[in-house]
Amino acid sequence: MWTLIKPKSAKHDPAPSRWSYRFMRIMLSPVLRRLVVYGIPAAIVTAGVVIYFADLDRRDMAKGVVIDAYRSVIERPEFMVNVMAINGASAALDADIREILPVDFPVSQFDIELDVLHGALMELDAVKQASVQIRTGGVLQVDVMERQPALIWRMGENLDILDASGAFIRAAVARTDYPNLPLIAGEGANMQTAKALELFVAAEPIADRVRGLVYVGERRWDVVLTQDQRILLPEHKPVQALERVLVLNQAQDLLERDLRVVDLRLPNRPTLRVGQASGDEILQSSQTAVE
Amino acid sequence: MSDLYQAQRAMRTMRKAAMQRGVIAILDIGTSKIGCLVLQFDGTQPIADHEGVTSLAGQSGFRVIGSATTRSRGIEFGEIVSMPEAERAIRTALQAAQKLANIKVDHAIACFSGGAPRSYGLTGTAEVESQIVTEQDIAQVLSACDVPDYGHGREVLHAQPVNFILDHRTGLSDPRGQIGRELSTDMHMLTVDQKVIHDLAYCIKRCDLELAGVASASYVAGRSALVEDEQELGAACVDMGGGTTTVSVFLKKHMIFSETICMGGDHVTRDISMGLQIPFANAERMKTRNGGLFATGMDDRDMIETGGDTGDWERDRRAVSRTELIGIMRPRVEEILEEVRARLDAAGFDHLPSQQIVLTGGASQVPGMDGLATRFLGHQVRMGRPLRIHRLPQAYSGPSCSALVGLSLFAASPQDEWWDFETPAHRHGQHTFRRALRWFKDNW
Repeated sequence: MWTLIKPKSAKHDPAPSRWSYRFMRIMLSPVLRRLVVYGIPAAIVTAGVVIYFADLDRRDMAKGVVIDAYRSVIERPEFMVNVMAINGASAALDADIREILPVDFPVSQFDIELDVLHGALMELDAVKQASVQIRTGGVLQVDVMERQPALIWRMGENLDILDASGAFIRAAVARTDYPNLPLIAGEGANMQTAKALELFVAAEPIADRVRGLVYVGERRWDVVLTQDQRILLPEHKPVQALERVLVLNQAQDLLERDLRVVDLRLPNRPTLRVGQASGDEILQSSQTAVE
Repeated sequence: MSDLYQAQRAMRTMRKAAMQRGVIAILDIGTSKIGCLVLQFDGTQPIADHEGVTSLAGQSGFRVIGSATTRSRGIEFGEIVSMPEAERAIRTALQAAQKLANIKVDHAIACFSGGAPRSYGLTGTAEVESQIVTEQDIAQVLSACDVPDYGHGREVLHAQPVNFILDHRTGLSDPRGQIGRELSTDMHMLTVDQKVIHDLAYCIKRCDLELAGVASASYVAGRSALVEDEQELGAACVDMGGGTTTVSVFLKKHMIFSETICMGGDHVTRDISMGLQIPFANAERMKTRNGGLFATGMDDRDMIETGGDTGDWERDRRAVSRTELIGIMRPRVEEILEEVRARLDAAGFDHLPSQQIVLTGGASQVPGMDGLATRFLGHQVRMGRPLRIHRLPQAYSGPSCSALVGLSLFAASPQDEWWDFETPAHRHGQHTFRRALRWFKDNW
């Protein structure tokens, strides 16, 4: 019987078929080849990605994977911050800082935004300057320069403690809590703290008599002394005016006398207002002198 | 003649279009192999009137970017005998070359050796219209050539003005601008069978390419295998191919004679195959590995296994000595060389100033060929290899690729042909109406 199996053709025909030849020629045209080699694979990959991530769950899953990977790196112990060290703050300020800084330890140093922390620190009234940095060993180092109380300012019922530049530090409950701080009063007095401090320095010889300074009409200062005495200072050169009074006081014990007001508002015409009793006495003596 | 003008002109236009595009395919349709090169023209044309030989013989305007050869099928004696087979072989070569070049090629220039080429020497004389010879005068004198009756069904492949004579001054290659009264020309015309060209054009069209030119293999082999001096002073190029051996005679850088002998390397192989009763492939292998033309005493002891694939493995362990092989090969080679001698004698090769003969082609690589050829063709015989062209692969630099390389040169810088000149005015007017009519017919 003859074999039914089709014999293999004796020789392989190396010639391409007409269609494969044409196909090759078409594929050799540059635009089409670029389309097939780059365009179509890119389109397929893009379509696949889009279809895959059209589902919200998968999107969340992918996001979760990415975030987990990110977390696993940034939360390595080398990058963790565990402690906050605060330098240069009083106990009260220290407590305030620990309260307001939005950091929950332990936290990765990649999650800490130092600018935000710095901003938060600077919003504290008692803080003059601050620097925040992450030190090796996982320490969040906060260096603070605190404002120093220089004045106490009475404004109606409120007692505010100011520093030398007039910046508000905190409210005081009672004057007696800060007996060492000089007192100022009057609307806008906190804007003129430098002048006030100069006056207090000038008034050093009568420091035990000075109760405080009052800023009058947002314009000029009154020195309020014990025994209801006042020195009304001019708008210009109040320190020199005060010094004149002090010189007078030294020479003639001016303030020991029964005076209510030493009025220096017009520098060319200083005026004294004497007490009621002394006034009556002066009046009588002058009348008798007339008679 | 008008048809010929049209067809050749159309091919010239297409060649220009291909040069514009920058790539062109070169096809050598041989009997034993089909070679294909893809050329890229990078715009730098070789200097037109450059005398002397530069390192690349002035052929630096292009480079080879793709190349392929394949065993040819369906082709005998340089003619296509089986269209589908030949088409497949051409397609194989074209595909490989285009893939290698990584570029799509739309135009092809082909050469072949078959079609019984016949050479004619034409002369023509015309009066110079004004005193100075112009291009119009050259066209005039070319059209005044008395065209012989080359027979029905044949077509002119090359028609090149070789020589111009202006008032008894002969040997002018370009008479333009010279002053004279009577201009005459010698022209060489080569005709081949129309059918061969049509078959070739059809095959190439089936491969989705356009034929941008055809050339005779003998002509292009001569252009690449002969050096410039040989072309100038007179030389013959014998291209010994697989199925045909072509002879072309060059003088003054133009081919003046061409002939094809229908014998080649395949006949030698066939002789071996028949003489030793072995398959054709084994015979070919034996010829290329062990072939020779001069036997020595050593060759008697040099036994070659025939590998006759008769199916009787135990018994058929024949071996032949190399002497026997040479004894088979030599008579056939001698016959070919005798034919070559006869053709050269018929062409009057003896009268040329120089009688250099250059053997090239695949079948000329038989060891001892130069010695044997000297006995038949005279002492001025050398083995020829093609010129160097830019980026030609090493495998294509052998003598078997002379025609391929020559065709590249032909594509890059063709010599002036008859149809490159304007048709003379009076011929033009005669046919204007008929041409208009035909144009209408063709297009509607």
